[in-house]
Amino acid sequence: MRSDGSQSAPLGLKIAAACGLLFLHLPILLIFVYAFTTEEKSFVWPPPGLTTQWFAVTWNRPDVWQALSLSVRVAAISTAIALILGTLCSAAVSRTRFFGRETISLLVILPIALPGIITGIALRSAFSLADIPFSFWTIVLGHATFCVVVVYNNAVARFRRTSGSMIEASMDLGADGFQTFRHVVLPNIATALLAGGMLAFALSFDEVIVTTFTAGQQQTLPIWMLEELIRPRQRPVTNVVAMVVMLVTLLPILAAYYLSRDGDQIAGSGK
Amino acid sequence: MSLDAAMVRATAPAILPGSGGLRGALSDLFWRKPKVLLLLMLLPPVLWLGIVYIGSLFALLAQSFFSIDEFSGLIDREFTLKTYGDLFQAANLDIILRTVTMAALVTLASAVIAFPIAYYAARYARGRWKALFYLGIMLPLWSSYLVKIYAWKLILAKEGILTWLLAKLHLLWVLDAWLSLPIVGGNSLSVSFTGTFIVFVYVWLPFMILPVQAALERVPGNLVEASSDLGASPGQTFRNVLFPLALPGIVAGSIFTFSLTLGDYIIPQIIGTSRLFIGQAVYSQQGTAGNIPLAAAFTVVPIVIMGFYLWGAKRMGAFDAL
Repeated sequence: MRSDGSQSAPLGLKIAAACGLLFLHLPILLIFVYAFTTEEKSFVWPPPGLTTQWFAVTWNRPDVWQALSLSVRVAAISTAIALILGTLCSAAVSRTRFFGRETISLLVILPIALPGIITGIALRSAFSLADIPFSFWTIVLGHATFCVVVVYNNAVARFRRTSGSMIEASMDLGADGFQTFRHVVLPNIATALLAGGMLAFALSFDEVIVTTFTAGQQQTLPIWMLEELIRPRQRPVTNVVAMVVMLVTLLPILAAYYLSRDGDQIAGSGK
Repeated sequence: MSLDAAMVRATAPAILPGSGGLRGALSDLFWRKPKVLLLLMLLPPVLWLGIVYIGSLFALLAQSFFSIDEFSGLIDREFTLKTYGDLFQAANLDIILRTVTMAALVTLASAVIAFPIAYYAARYARGRWKALFYLGIMLPLWSSYLVKIYAWKLILAKEGILTWLLAKLHLLWVLDAWLSLPIVGGNSLSVSFTGTFIVFVYVWLPFMILPVQAALERVPGNLVEASSDLGASPGQTFRNVLFPLALPGIVAGSIFTFSLTLGDYIIPQIIGTSRLFIGQAVYSQQGTAGNIPLAAAFTVVPIVIMGFYLWGAKRMGAFDAL
């Protein structure tokens, strides 16, 4: 038998892999059907009828808009902070070898490697010890901390592929450090930063576990959703919001994928 | 004139004049002393993570040594081991045991389901299919956590699609028989441990697939062929060649599935019974009970378990597979 690498997989493996992928995707598709159901009181399948009226109802709900606006503001500011901190850290780690380099990588990864509840309760304990009242900024503090790693991962991967001799060439040609950063380094890492920023945004926009510990009485969209899951008030509205959230988080992920596609490192590995 | 000064003059730029102004001075400084630049780059992220994150972890540790005054409900900020003692009450031990068992089962099931997907993606998928597989794993990984849980609430509900499907297949009696079992059963799947288990596996599965796939990508295809050329059955090839080589990847993935299950409190709250998991205990202690010390002590449990787990994983070489 020749081994040319183009042989097809055994049938059993094909079926198992296909079933696994279906298991991952069918539940998500279901969300899109339920957003149009006419049923209000239960999760009955098949839907007794289809309607688009719940989109209008959701559109006119001020609590949804408030939660959405808070989520977007938190995600935007956390992403901005994570972009600055993550870029600085990745530049330092990939440019030079220094004592404690491994420790710094670990420090960046830790907030996402430990379960969210640990980050959450740790921040909560710190706020309680330091008598810091809950506010918009306590949410941002938590979110920015675990968003750094996403930007960091993307930027480190790009720096690894960017040759250091380009920086030296730029300096040899008479550019100062700032010009080199502006005209050589930044164009090289821009798409990686964009991808990292989008994933950070998606991560913050969707985060609920840490947020429940740092938000106090404020409602981000995931907290609004969690409330609805525990104590449902108007199920069709939840269905519509679930579908919209799904679409909104899907776009940055796809965009990030296309931006970092030819990268050697996988953009999101290590959420 | 000292030798040093002469050296400096000799190596000074011959053509370019020194840059002027603050900007030039800074730029020159960074070039001459890369350590200064390094320090300036590291300072903001290290300060942020050090103060906000490590500081908070220490605050958590400190809180776990405080205790709550049972009469006033106020937190007594004096060193005591009493709170840790409370962890060993039968009810709390129960919670810890239940969570660890669930985490182990979820990890095992994820590994079994992940392996075929990872193996197919690593060995057979090429070009367009490879990209499709990659997106097929990344999209569920990154899509909204709460929406995924919500989707399962829809599926597992008594009037939901799963019951409908089983009824069409005339298999409803299987479901009923399963639900009438003790421990794993319940009124419906959405209020049973079985439901909790399924949702855990679903939500963490991509975290298992990615490292296993990474480990399998590194296995040369001709190794598998050599094994079958030498007369091994597919089962033997799997046991003696593929599985040992994939093991570091599986252990790496299990770090995520195990640790995430240990710390989660939302899934068992939405889909599950009223019996608590560690995460729920932490949440209710800090929230309604206002007992932050006990919540903190409870959180130390998964940290310690994960510490041992990571130590073992490191010895098995799992970190190279991440």
